[in-house]
Amino acid sequence: MTRIIVVTSGKGGVGKTTTSAAFAAGLASAGRRTVVIDFDVGLRSLDLIMGCERRVVYDFINVINGEAALNQALIKDKRVPGLFILPASQTRDKDALTTEGVERVLDELSEEFDYIICDSPAGIERGAYLAMYFADEAIVVTNPEVSSVRDSDRVLGLLASKTRRAERGEPSVRERLLVTRYAPSRVGRGEMLSVEDVQEILAIELLGVIPESTTVLNASNSGMPVILEARSDAGQAYQDAVARFLGEEREHRFLTEKKGLFGRLFGGSSA
Amino acid sequence: MSFLSYFRSQRKKNASSASLAKERLQIIVARERLQCAGGPDYLPMLQDELLAVVRKYIQVDRNAVRMQLDQEGDCEVLELNITLPDDPETSVRVR
Repeated sequence: MTRIIVVTSGKGGVGKTTTSAAFAAGLASAGRRTVVIDFDVGLRSLDLIMGCERRVVYDFINVINGEAALNQALIKDKRVPGLFILPASQTRDKDALTTEGVERVLDELSEEFDYIICDSPAGIERGAYLAMYFADEAIVVTNPEVSSVRDSDRVLGLLASKTRRAERGEPSVRERLLVTRYAPSRVGRGEMLSVEDVQEILAIELLGVIPESTTVLNASNSGMPVILEARSDAGQAYQDAVARFLGEEREHRFLTEKKGLFGRLFGGSSA
Repeated sequence: MSFLSYFRSQRKKNASSASLAKERLQIIVARERLQCAGGPDYLPMLQDELLAVVRKYIQVDRNAVRMQLDQEGDCEVLELNITLPDDPETSVRVR
């Protein structure tokens, strides 16, 4: 049974595409056939993050309009077997996305894939609405910052009312929280909302915490999903999150400050 | 506990902008949840259409139509308030 996952947040720049790429690569590495779709028509970015921007010939909108077959538009990842990318159109506007068209493509993909990841655009307009409409599960990406948390709460409201599951009165979309760009040292100094704070306000299950890391930018510079950087803290945090997503119990790491020799000598134990 | 902890704990008291953030968020999120759950989402559309109907006959301002949805026991009460202009000249007669 195919599961459709939306990666959403409301606010832009919090790490939706990074997370979509990481989860897609992680699920495929775990042997699940996975496709990741960019819903950001006009401002595509997933192709760059996945490093396949020069292989885009046809896109999501071409498939919706019947100008290309689905397997002409799907790009097979060269690193992870069983991983495919469906890029957004860079030239059309958002009205090109239709509910019927999206449903038709998702139905067709469901015949072949275990997981369909919908990378939502920022905002709560058409693209974001359609990215979440057919979802079975939602990963809500949130930065520990006031406007991001507020937007996530808004998105949770939409997931509970504006999805197909909500409209049909089916069991609700399973919502899980992924806190990204987390800086434990700043949390320790009382400068940043803690995971517990964010979780208390949003009141949903915690899937993972991704620490602020230089690796994320480095990975996007080279078009590599950060989860494949297996030795980096962000990569490992994503691996943990994917394992939890698949039902494994894993302790949360990277919630406290890493201390060097200096910190251990002078930092005390309470920070 | 190192000897610097004393100064660290002093600084912590002044610098907890995170707790301020949490407090502000709790208030705004609670309010927005109420708003979202408070009224059915057709209310703004209903208001627009009512206004259009009233305007067919009387020239009124957009703000002249006020609508409120209240809960009285088991009953939901939709209160509609239309302020008519003082000057009868501005009204348009349609038969």
